[in-house]
Amino acid sequence: MKYACLLYGDESDPVATPEPGSDAFNSMMAGYVAFGEEFDSKIQAGEPLEPVSTATCVRVRDGDTMTTDGPFAETKEQLGGFYVIDADDLDEAIAIASKIPHATLGTVEVRPVPNFEDFD
Amino acid sequence: MTDDVAPDSAQIADIVRDEWAPVVATLVARFGDLGAAEDAAQDATEQALIDWPRSGFPRDPRAWLIVVARRRLIDRMRRNVVGREKTQLAARLDTAIRDMDDDLEAGHDTSLMRDDQLRLIFACCHPALSREAQVALTLRSVGGLSTAQIATAFLVPEPTVAQRLVRAKKKIEAAAIPFKIPPDAELLARTDLVRTVLYLIFNEGYDASSGPAQMRNELCDEAIRLAGLLADLTPDDPESLGLLALFLLIHSRRDARVDETGLVLLDDQDRTQWDRAMIERGVESLDRALRLDRPGPIQVQAAINALHAEATSSADTDWTQIVLLYRRLLDLAPSPVVELNHAVAVAMADGAVSGLALLDDPALATSLDGYSHFHAARAQLLADVGDHAGARSAYERALETVRNDMERDFLSRRLADLSPPIRATP
Repeated sequence: MKYACLLYGDESDPVATPEPGSDAFNSMMAGYVAFGEEFDSKIQAGEPLEPVSTATCVRVRDGDTMTTDGPFAETKEQLGGFYVIDADDLDEAIAIASKIPHATLGTVEVRPVPNFEDFD
Repeated sequence: MTDDVAPDSAQIADIVRDEWAPVVATLVARFGDLGAAEDAAQDATEQALIDWPRSGFPRDPRAWLIVVARRRLIDRMRRNVVGREKTQLAARLDTAIRDMDDDLEAGHDTSLMRDDQLRLIFACCHPALSREAQVALTLRSVGGLSTAQIATAFLVPEPTVAQRLVRAKKKIEAAAIPFKIPPDAELLARTDLVRTVLYLIFNEGYDASSGPAQMRNELCDEAIRLAGLLADLTPDDPESLGLLALFLLIHSRRDARVDETGLVLLDDQDRTQWDRAMIERGVESLDRALRLDRPGPIQVQAAINALHAEATSSADTDWTQIVLLYRRLLDLAPSPVVELNHAVAVAMADGAVSGLALLDDPALATSLDGYSHFHAARAQLLADVGDHAGARSAYERALETVRNDMERDFLSRRLADLSPPIRATP
């Protein structure tokens, strides 16, 4: 069973989002490396994301493509990265998600990824 | 049980209700689909209500219900699949049926069957579900209450409950919430969560703001039944036995707690109306819990209630011991409400002045400012020391924060007793 782990946090909070190069940043990155090694067999994909100020929303209506600057929703906490993991059930997914370094700084949303083979 | 006596529908309903959790649990364990298991258990219940009055009780009602429910569940599953999946399904069903027959032959009171029920309970009270969903699922899937009964008990429209249940079951399915007994490291916390859900169910019955008294009592009875089940399933966990004891001891006072004028305080209750049989069961459960020699906050609360139950009057109550137990509770599970109860016990043991001194703690007063019981207790103690103006304003504050009609009436009466009624100007 696949789960997406979506990492939400306040980009403007230096604790939740440490400055690159700072000690806090380096120890956070070391945490991610350790997490990646420990759960190598469970992690199917994972990427960090640039801040929402770099985001562009795209909508196509009546054949016209419209773009707007910024994220889909202005919220206090923003999506900052994600993993796709493989777990037996929600309990294992929660156990893995709780080991993502970000879980101690912000929020990790765990969302099941549907298996469309089930619908054949 | 003999096959000769034709059982009436109330007797059947009682048995079917007790067998609901094992039947649903075993079907879920073998077929994995909670919604389908409940539908099948419902079918079997209806069949029992038709067949048993004619045929008498089956020798083994649980086995009868499981076999009938299983047949209905399989019929439905077969109807819902098409094409090449039929072969796969047939193989899966054959395995499930064989496994279940083995279980039934081995006798159904095996540890396996108990574990199935625990798995069901832990899934219904899974922390990934909302509190409301946990409560509704536990009442429906473990307790066997209908959607309509849950709606009546919680004073919410039936479609709301139905939707809540559908959404919760969808989440269990889509997010793969497991039907699993948590690993040892999490077992205690997860069992605590189950106890919290049962406590909420009991409290809803006990403290309901309105609704028919009968339904409230039924909800308490149901919470007691579920606590009994949990205590049976977790015999080594003294807090589960403690929870059963606590519910029984509190509920034993149900008839004395309300009279024709409304709510009656513990001190003023007619103790001959207390349910002695229920008190005995409660004390017996508490004794069993205490023998395991691992004290916990629920056992302490049960012990406090046992002391009340054993006293013939408020004056006869061992308030010193109750104060000590509240201190113990403050160590084990500190909270402002426990501090409040401790202060009231101190007032009973050492006099109103000592109790008031504890209640006048500014931090406590701040955290309990929105809690009517705090102001009501303060008002009572202020009245006891002769500060009627203080008591009046405390009752007024209690009335501002009260959320329960019965308590509102009670507080209004207390306030009126305090001061002569003001003549209305024409």
